[in-house]
Amino acid sequence: MRYIHLIALAAFVSSSLAASAQQPPTGGRPTSPTASSGQAGRIGGAGIGAYPTREPGDPAVVERGRNIYSTNCAFCHGADTRGGASGPSLLRSAIVLDDKGGELIGPVVQTGRPDRGMPKFPLSNAQIADLATFLHSFAVNGYDSSRQRPATIVVGNAAAGEAVFKTKCASCHSPTGDLQGLATRVPDPRALQQGWLMPGSTAGRGGGPVPARPRPPTVTVTFPTGQKFEGELERVDDFVVALRTADGGRRAFRTTDGTKVDVKDPLIAHRELLPTYTDAEIHNVTAFLVTLK
Amino acid sequence: MMRPLVCLALVAASSLVAAQDTELNPADLLKPLSDSWPTYSGDYTGRRYSALTQITPANVKNLTLAWTTRLAAGPGGPVAPVPFGPRPPDIIVGGVGDNEFVGATTVKGAILSVNGVLYVTAPDNVWALDAHDGHLLWRYFWRTRGGTHIGNRGAAMWRNYLFFVTPDDFLISLDARTGKERWHKEIANFNQQYFLTSAPVVVDNHVIVGTGNDLDSPGYLSSFDPESGDLQWKFYTVPVNPGDPGLETWKDLDAARNGGGHPWLPGAYDPETRLYIFGTGNPTPAYMSAPRGEGMDNLYTCAIVAVHVDTGKMAWYFQTSPHEMHDWDSAQTPILVDGTIDGKPRKLVVTASRNGYYFTIDRRTGERLVTSQFSGTVNWAKGLNAKGQPVRDPAKDHHVGGALVSSANGGATNWPPAAFSPDTGLLYVPTAENYAMYYLTELDPRGAMGLGGKEEVGVGGGGSYISAIDYKTGTTVWKHRFRTAVGDGRGGPGLLVTAGRLLFGGDVSGNFVAFDPASGRPLWHARLAANVSNAPQTYLVGGKQHVLVAAGDTLYAFALY
Repeated sequence: MRYIHLIALAAFVSSSLAASAQQPPTGGRPTSPTASSGQAGRIGGAGIGAYPTREPGDPAVVERGRNIYSTNCAFCHGADTRGGASGPSLLRSAIVLDDKGGELIGPVVQTGRPDRGMPKFPLSNAQIADLATFLHSFAVNGYDSSRQRPATIVVGNAAAGEAVFKTKCASCHSPTGDLQGLATRVPDPRALQQGWLMPGSTAGRGGGPVPARPRPPTVTVTFPTGQKFEGELERVDDFVVALRTADGGRRAFRTTDGTKVDVKDPLIAHRELLPTYTDAEIHNVTAFLVTLK
Repeated sequence: MMRPLVCLALVAASSLVAAQDTELNPADLLKPLSDSWPTYSGDYTGRRYSALTQITPANVKNLTLAWTTRLAAGPGGPVAPVPFGPRPPDIIVGGVGDNEFVGATTVKGAILSVNGVLYVTAPDNVWALDAHDGHLLWRYFWRTRGGTHIGNRGAAMWRNYLFFVTPDDFLISLDARTGKERWHKEIANFNQQYFLTSAPVVVDNHVIVGTGNDLDSPGYLSSFDPESGDLQWKFYTVPVNPGDPGLETWKDLDAARNGGGHPWLPGAYDPETRLYIFGTGNPTPAYMSAPRGEGMDNLYTCAIVAVHVDTGKMAWYFQTSPHEMHDWDSAQTPILVDGTIDGKPRKLVVTASRNGYYFTIDRRTGERLVTSQFSGTVNWAKGLNAKGQPVRDPAKDHHVGGALVSSANGGATNWPPAAFSPDTGLLYVPTAENYAMYYLTELDPRGAMGLGGKEEVGVGGGGSYISAIDYKTGTTVWKHRFRTAVGDGRGGPGLLVTAGRLLFGGDVSGNFVAFDPASGRPLWHARLAANVSNAPQTYLVGGKQHVLVAAGDTLYAFALY
């Protein structure tokens, strides 16, 4: 589950970017809590919290536990404890999460679970304690870091992408004009893909660099008398519009008396194209654009 | 637990004066919403439709600020030093943890209004205020063990007792007269990373509340005795034992037991059938299909579920997102409507789901009567099946190269409450229209836990709206788009509608607005210091109808003079 942030969106984004300095940008929260159980602290930020953390185990004990695990458990539960062909993930298991030092894990291991096909393992209590230390050495949280990450997001066909480009993009953009060297300027293919889909937009969740908006919208304000003001849009809502005129002056108007507000968004073409793309077209266009070195 | 610090003089004085007046009779909760606001949605129907009529389209232009109060959270003093006047009451401090939440104070929940007192919450904090002018009566602060401090949806009340939950998994009961703690009970497992945000709901002698969790733990609703806090019943929203119903819709028992489905918002209650009707959250892991059983329904996640309030036994369910794949909960508070379908009177429950679809359901049987798409942009479904459920398009789950999906993670609507007016027959829904690229980032066929395994980058592309939906047909009769510089479509805050024929809500630019519920035309507005952060409410005190709204840490009450 996840909630929408209304007010704290800006704060949330900045905190998630701070988090992604250490972690892949999952758009989530720091995976290492800012405070741990039993230790006084202050926790803060929109949606950021702390869950019980475990003291790091003695590396020698973790290693002993790993050996016991590899010999007895990995066949069913996977080398990384995330589950295998016949055993569930231990990482998210309630027993493992509740266990402190083997007191809950031990009985399951030593008596087995015949009803679920798990045999018993005659490990000593000392071995169970080592095993528990190993199991508790993994970080567990709802913003699970990806382990087998795809090498690239570029999965499309460049030639097909060039054809799409010609029909959907070429009326405004040119591979030899404004987009010359694009892939050199934006070397990360995902940032490039996001950037051509919607320059500067970061609504919704998730990190990743996105090129800044090229130009702000412009606006024409027309009063019932016919008088007009034009300029760069500063802000607008249902009641007030503010703009900057060509000479740098700021003008703000109440618009509830029949005043017309006409916003011209330089990205309107990008916006209107969004619903028209197939995912394959997007992938193909990106495959083409990454060739524009 | 920390020893409560009570400022004896002030608190004792206020409690003596108010002792006879604060009490809420549970039977009063059965009354239609009018002078007070005694439960999360105002009344059990979830309609957020008030019978108050002082404020109307004719006089709303004169609506003006009655009072404002900025809430100081945490263990410290007031927001700003008070140069004149008496010292505010001391803080009552509880908690079993050593941590102090210092994030922004944002009121995202309902404010109870009972017998002239307002009860306000934010994570780890409760305030009691005089409803006449927002004057602080007492305040309670909980030192936390941790947990996700993302919001608190409000308190519940039974006689002189208040109930609220904490991010570190406690249900706490306070004496409403003094703010003194009566007891706290650990009702979810902190090790398993549960966290609690919901407002409890009191029905007779039941205090009902659901769980939250972003790891792969099962969701449940539980009911407690208001006197003792003892558990009365517990209903898991996913199968947790061999033979449990719905198990056949999961890969195996381990998958079901880790299947999520958290009911993290309050439900509605139908006194005629004694059914508590609520929504459940997404299945987990949220973005991973195979670990849950490819294409399997994953009951009872993303469903509207009815349980008997005395036993917690399920009467019916209707799943609004079979095998949900985008973390789009169906936890939104359902709304009870007594209406007419095909010329016949029907007892209905309606919901606009985070997945972008609207549903009208028979609340006695769970029979689905109407489905419609209220978001103009959602593209994750191939269409509807014979049961009227949207059918997931797996190509729109995510993709290594990115899948362009509407909506972004926040969904077409979310926790900000919808409102229903019997005068117009329209359901008013805060609506977001937007797109995001969903990238699959985990190639391990075992997938990722929780919300892992995908990364999402928003591309905007839509707008923020109020949608007005005809419950009989599912048709969007009008749609008001909040004017913004560009369409980034983050959606808006919650809504209130009144018998005075006004619809109140916040826009996305800091304005608090009264709309014509028939057309969506703005009739009045006031700009606040921040965007509205909860749903507006209304109550009567001193003979005057007040309209109350929160924007961050500040409350505003408006009235006519």
